[in-house]
Amino acid sequence: MQLHIQAHDGVPIYLQVMQQIKYLVASGRLQPGEELPSIRTLAEQLLVNPNTIARAYRELEIAGVVEKRRTAGTYVAENGSPLARKERMKLLKERIDQLLVEAFQMGFELDEVLRIVQQSEMAISNQKKGGTEP
Amino acid sequence: MSDSMSVPCEHVVDIRKLDRSFGPKRALQDITLQIPRGKVFGLIGGNGAGKTTLIKHILGAHYAESGSVRVFGFDPVTHPVEVLGRIGYMSEDRDIPYWMRVQEIMNYTRSFFPKWDASFAEELREMFDLDPKQRIRTLSRGQTARVCLLVALAHRPELLVLDEPSSGLDPIVRRDILAAIVQTVADEGRTVLFSSHLLDEVERLADRVAILHEGRVLLEGELDAIQESFRRITLRFEHAFPEAPSILGAIEYRGSGHEWTYVCRGDREQLIQAAKTVKAEVVHETPISLDEIFVCSVNRS
Repeated sequence: MQLHIQAHDGVPIYLQVMQQIKYLVASGRLQPGEELPSIRTLAEQLLVNPNTIARAYRELEIAGVVEKRRTAGTYVAENGSPLARKERMKLLKERIDQLLVEAFQMGFELDEVLRIVQQSEMAISNQKKGGTEP
Repeated sequence: MSDSMSVPCEHVVDIRKLDRSFGPKRALQDITLQIPRGKVFGLIGGNGAGKTTLIKHILGAHYAESGSVRVFGFDPVTHPVEVLGRIGYMSEDRDIPYWMRVQEIMNYTRSFFPKWDASFAEELREMFDLDPKQRIRTLSRGQTARVCLLVALAHRPELLVLDEPSSGLDPIVRRDILAAIVQTVADEGRTVLFSSHLLDEVERLADRVAILHEGRVLLEGELDAIQESFRRITLRFEHAFPEAPSILGAIEYRGSGHEWTYVCRGDREQLIQAAKTVKAEVVHETPISLDEIFVCSVNRS
């Protein structure tokens, strides 16, 4: 898990950690059920106060992004919280807006774009089926 | 003595209304601050602000002229054994007996601390790549700092006090020092007090901070809360102004013409309301860094 802390931009570090972990979850780079590094490990890696990491984890837990299991260990929430889903939707919409702007600039119609999206999806799922064969 | 019995106390350090003068110079004025157990406390201030003088009161090297200083519930001047045995201290000028060898300073320091952990000391010595036979005198500045850090850490102190620990050091040694702070506080219940003028270090590590200026505490509290209370807001006015229009709640401003940028503390709503009444529009809003908070606080004092 790669996080980058900027000590100089005035955003409290616990918020920076929260925002970046939310982004990693929303973008799928952290998968549901995946274990996050321990508070101590992450604090030593980023050279920030362990109490700060503990606060970020606590608030992510309240927001439903992560969950604590048994006594030790923090994991990405299994079902994805409504909030994580909202974040994912936001990311996807940004990408789609970008795609549409570029497509229209190149002179494609919406129908054509949709057809190409479906074709791509078919190509990907065929590839997946092909991949499992010896 | 009743205060000797107050163990375990919630505040490792408890300073109330402390005053101290050196001749005509008032070095500390009306200092009140508490350092909670298990937290990292960052003391911020320029040269001559009183950081080292304050730290020396905590170590019992200075008595309180008026007011009180309690460390682990004890007066450090009258109870040096109870206090100093539980503190690991690294001084600003890193004065250790320079004629000794690394192994000798380790043996020497060990004799003062019943809780000295010899295997941990050895682990640190190897990690810091220190030759036990080398004389302190011949060490580089960075290696000397590592020796000081080793002797401050090896008895696993309940309170680690570092006075300007990273001044004049290269980034690699600074990393060792920051890592030592992180590890100390990660061990349940241990507390760190460090002074620094490198504010990005304080931002990374401190739970609480105090800004000290000319012997007074200008600002003290939870770092996150302090950072969240300060905002920088840029307003665009209908008309150009030769000087900043005064806005209620603003503590600092700069800009020109139509656009003026204000800093406010905790009065964001008030400032935005005030802006509306003079038909100014908020065009930009950002948090501000601890550096800027420090400058703002000093300028206002």
